[in-house]
Order: sequence, then C-alpha cells, then structure tokens
Amino acid sequence: MSEGILLFIEQRDGKLNRTSLETLVAVQKIAATTGDTTSAVVLGQGINEVATEIAAKKLAKVYTVEDDKLATYTPDAYVGALKQVIEKLNPRMVAFSHTYRVRDFAPRLTAALGKTFVTDCISFRQDGNDTVFTRQIFQGKINTDVRVQSAPPIFVSFQAGSYRADLAEVGDAPAAVEALAVDLSSVDVRTQTEAPFQEAKQAVDLTQAPLIVAIGRGIKEKDNIKIIEDLAAAMGAEIAASRPICDNEWLPMDRQIGSSGQTVAPKLYLAIGISGAIQHVVGMKNSQTIVAINKDPEAPIFDIADYGIVGDLFDIIPALTAEVKKAKGE
Amino acid sequence: MNIVVCLKQVPKKDSILRIAADQKWIDDRDISYEMSEADAYALEEALRQREKHGSGEVIVLALGPERVRQSIKEALAKGADRAIHLHDDIFNSATDAAGVARALAAALKDEKFDLVFTGLQSDDYGFAQVGLILAETLGLSSATIVMEVQPEGDSVRVKRELESGWFQWVKIPMPALLTIQSGINQLRYATLKGIMAAKKKELKEVKAADLGLTAQALQPAQVIEKAYLPIKSKQTEIIAGKPAEAAAKLVEKLKFDARVL
Ligand SMILES: Cc1cc2nc3c(=O)[nH]c(=O)nc-3n(C[C@H](O)[C@H](O)[C@H](O)COP(=O)(O)OP(=O)(O)OC[C@H]3O[C@@H](n4cnc5c(N)ncnc54)[C@H](O)[C@@H]3O)c2cc1C
Ligand SMILES: Nc1ncnc2c1ncn2[C@@H]1O[C@H](COP(=O)(O)O)[C@@H](O)[C@H]1O
Repeated sequence: MSEGILLFIEQRDGKLNRTSLETLVAVQKIAATTGDTTSAVVLGQGINEVATEIAAKKLAKVYTVEDDKLATYTPDAYVGALKQVIEKLNPRMVAFSHTYRVRDFAPRLTAALGKTFVTDCISFRQDGNDTVFTRQIFQGKINTDVRVQSAPPIFVSFQAGSYRADLAEVGDAPAAVEALAVDLSSVDVRTQTEAPFQEAKQAVDLTQAPLIVAIGRGIKEKDNIKIIEDLAAAMGAEIAASRPICDNEWLPMDRQIGSSGQTVAPKLYLAIGISGAIQHVVGMKNSQTIVAINKDPEAPIFDIADYGIVGDLFDIIPALTAEVKKAKGE
Repeated sequence: MNIVVCLKQVPKKDSILRIAADQKWIDDRDISYEMSEADAYALEEALRQREKHGSGEVIVLALGPERVRQSIKEALAKGADRAIHLHDDIFNSATDAAGVARALAAALKDEKFDLVFTGLQSDDYGFAQVGLILAETLGLSSATIVMEVQPEGDSVRVKRELESGWFQWVKIPMPALLTIQSGINQLRYATLKGIMAAKKKELKEVKAADLGLTAQALQPAQVIEKAYLPIKSKQTEIIAGKPAEAAAKLVEKLKFDARVL
C-alpha cells in the first residue's frame, strides 16, 4: 500500500534550495492532520551536507541518491532516478517546490508514472481522506480548489513563498540518513549541459535603493515612461519594471524585478500598472511599504499593498509628481 | 526544418474576470480571446527558425472550441504554413494537462517534425505541464523556459533561463520539445498580404474519433471543485478621491504614517 509523504529536496553544488524548506513546512502541516510519516529525498553527488541539514528537521527519514549521472542536473537522469525511488518507496504523496528545475523535470516524471501533478499550489485543506489543494489560475487573479481523482501517489508542487521556511519543525533527534541505490545504466541522458552564467554585469544594483518606482504593462508605450522618470526624479527613487517592460527593451534587463530578475526590499516600492503576478511579487513582497496604482480594483497587487489608488495611472502619476515636488518644497 | 507550435487560446489579458454561477470556472460571456502570451512568442520563434533555415513547415496545433479558429487564422496570417484544429465536444473533457497532452500527442503521431514548441505555461490554467507531458508521451528530448534556439545539425542548442537572472546553454538531440519563455523575440504583426494568403492555407479539423479518443480516455485526474476570488491577506488602505486629492493624501501617508518619503 502507498504510504507516507516524500519531499523532494533541491540542491545545487551541494547547497540547499531554501524553497525546499518552505515545502517541508507544507508537508509537515499535511502530516499533522493525516498522521502520515514524512521523508525527504536528495539527488546528486557530494550531498552529505545537504542531507545532514535536512535531517535536523522533523522527518522520519532522509534518503540520498548518488550517481555519476546525477552530478549535474539533467531532466533524463532526474526522471530516471526518481522513478526508481518512488517505485521503491511507494509513497502516498510526493511534494516539490515549484522551482524552475522542478518545472523542467517533474511533469515528465509524473507522465512517465501515469500520475497527475497538481502544480504551483498555495495551500491545502484536508477533507476526510482527501487533500484538497488550492492553486491560482489567470496569473493569481482567481483561486481554485482542486481535488485529485486518481490513485496515489499524488504529486503536488507549492509556490515559492506560500509557507515560511523558518517555521519548519525541528526533530527531537536527527532523522536517519539512508543511501538508496538506483540503477541508471539504462538511462539515456540526452542533455549536454554548459555552465550556468549571468548576462553582462548588472549596471544598477537595485537592492541598495531605498525608494523604487516600478512600472508594468499599464504604461502602454515606451514614450510614456517619461512620466515615470519625472516621478522617480522628484522622489529621488530608482526605476524598476515588470518583465514585459524589459522584454520589450523599454528598460534594460537589470531593472527587472521578480523570479528571473532582481529581488529587492526597499523602504518604498511603488507598483504602477503592474498586475502582481507571483513571478513579480516574489521579487518585491518584502518591501517595507508597498503602494499599488492600478485601474483594476481586483488586481492581485492590491493583495500585498499597504496603500492603493484605483484609477488611471495617466491621471494619477502627474498629480503625484506635483504633490511630491510640493511636499519637498520645490 | 519542420516545427510544430502548440497554440492555446485564452481570455484577453485585460478581461474583467467573474466567477461563473456554478463556481467551477469564469463566466465566459462577454469575454474576448487571444493567443496565450508565451505561445505567441513560440509561434514567432518557429517562423524565425524556418526563415533562417530557408525551408520546412511551421504547423500550428490547437485544441479548443470553434472560437479558436480565430487565433489559428492569425497564426496562419503571420506565416504558419498549415494548421490542425482539434475541435470536438469530446475534447471538452480534457480539462487537465494530461488530457490535453494526450490529445495533442495523438494528433502528432503521423506528423514529421524536428521541433515542437509550446509555451512554458498557459495564461489561464498555468499548469506548466502540457509541453513536457507531450514530450514524455512522444519520447522527445526536452528543454524548458527557453530564451534562445540554435539548431546545430541533428541537435539543438538552447539557452535556458534559470532563477534570479542566471542562464544555461544545453544541447539536446532532435526531435525535441522546447517550452518557450515570453520575451524570447519581438513579435511581428500580421500583414494584409499575410491575411489574404492565410485564406488558402490548410486548416484541418480533427475529431476525437479520428484519433481513436473517447471522452472516457480524456477524463481528468484532477478537477476544479471551486473557483473563487482570492481572499485578501493584507489590509490595504485604498485612497479614494480625484487624482490630485488621492495623490496629495498618498504623499501625506507616505511622509507621516509610513515615513518613507
Ligand atoms: C517562469 C516565469 C518567470 C517570470 N519572471 C518574471 C519576473 O522576473 N518578473 C516579472 O515581472 N514577471 C515575470 N514573469 C511574468 C509574470 O508572470 C507576468 O506575466 C508579468 O509580471 C506581468 O507584468 P505586468 O504586471 O506588467 O503586466 P500585466 O499582467 O499585463 O498587468 C498590467 C496591469 O496594468 C494595469 N493597467 C493597465 N492600464 C492601466 C492604466 N492606464 N492605469 C493603471 N493601471 C493600468 C492593468 O489593470 C494590469 O493590472 C515570469 C513568468 C514566468 C512564467
Ligand atoms: N488546448 C491546447 N491546445 C494547444 N496547445 C495547448 C493547449 N493547452 C496547452 N497547450 C500548450 O501547452 C503550453 C503549456 O500549457 P499549460 O500546461 O496549461 O500551462 C501552452 O503554452 C500551449 O503551448
């Protein structure tokens, strides 16, 4: 019978990905209501330190899977290895954090096993024997409660920031670490990888800016950015942007905030014409004060804003610039 | 170089979304539709690759109701060579990623292609899965969140986006499936000439029975039990008033309450 919850732990170069700890919290919470035993699995080479770090948490067991083919990440090797791990351990549920790497292999894994995968969840609710997951659709504008209708294991991934890593429970004693053997001799690793790199050195370091004025697609055209520059100049703020603005090359890439750009936590983050998709929000949600200006009162950005103005930015921004100048006695 | 582009139609970005009476989906009356954003970039990339290569076909593959023809025609007008439309009430059963991928895979069984492009995730469901399930089903190599595509003989070298501004080049053998990230290129518009030419292009309608699929075979393994507006987690102070008034109030708040100005 399928039993227990298995947590996938992500590591790169022997360093733990912090979002794995967030998902650990989700797993611990699910287990607290269902009584499931929880274990974790780490793949790679040279992963003892990560395994020891994780074993300090409240878990029944930590499995390590080492193989030459797992030294650098590839989807084929990860799918091949995890398939064997899951067949061996036969868990009731397998949990991931919804990272770019998990996006790259987990759907293949679940398809290879013929199972369903509930992706990018933000919470769960236990309903009798069923775990009902909440996931967002339409880029965070609508929530859905999703029920799985197939036999276990159930595969689920949680969105970054849905649970707080610092709330992970620590065990009374370290969990046992067990090496699991897999046979990857028949796994054809089709991906040849090159070393990860960053584009040309970041020209601006937005992480040091106390005030940030960020614009999104609501600005409509490149030429309109002028009104934002005026506001930023009046405030003494740096300009940042959501991804589409940088994709369109209206502002350089190093001004992009979010999961594929910079992560900032300024004193003030003014989000103008930005809807508040999770990939943007992860890059700025820890700002001390968040202000949103958006014409759509239902825009998800308002969910995390301290202050909001609902209206047309083309009316509001010039007025705001004038008021800032007035306040500064200019 | 033959490239299949999987194209999904979704509600327009600025649509006002309301929950349907049965609380299972949005109320789709008064909604207009467009290509899912990443798919538009996938199509553009396919057209550019074909143009660079000088020969081959770009084949659009879309599953969905009658209205999807509009997006298919737009793709043909932009330069795709032909299209396959999976159009049948039976396909309405495919409401999870595996169901959609199963149908798309069946439609590609007899096609000859070097590359399949999908968006990295759709703008409505956002499963981020259909592409990879398709790859696994068809036994294709895969790479996700792709920002640059360089075919090299029998392989394709692609630039993948990693988190926090990192990238990585990887090389995989063709046929391969790539999930394309928005912003990989600059989109073109359809020209009048393109729109006229599209009228003569093949747009094949395929029924579930043509693929040997039944509603049973497409049954979802995960279902939306309830759709609802998110519950706000933070108390947001909404500042009302005419632009000048609201702006003045905001500046005051930022100066004296939040003390950030
Ligand atoms: C793997 C992945 C990584 C990603 N990485 C990032 C990232 O690092 N950073 C990032 O930002 N995004 C990222 N994205 C994209 C993200 O999902 C969203 O698509 C993006 O953030 C949307 O940008 P936006 O809010 O500017 O545009 P939209 O979502 O189009 O929102 C525009 C907003 O402007 C408002 N508006 C329009 N006109 C006006 C007006 N006149 N006055 C006031 N308001 C107006 C609208 O109501 C709307 O809310 C990523 C996506 C994926 C899948
Ligand atoms: N109904 C569909 N028809 C054609 N392609 C689709 C369909 N649904 C999803 N796709 C493709 O799969 C990608 C990922 O979708 P998703 O897994 O829903 O996030 C989309 O960007 C499309 O390229």
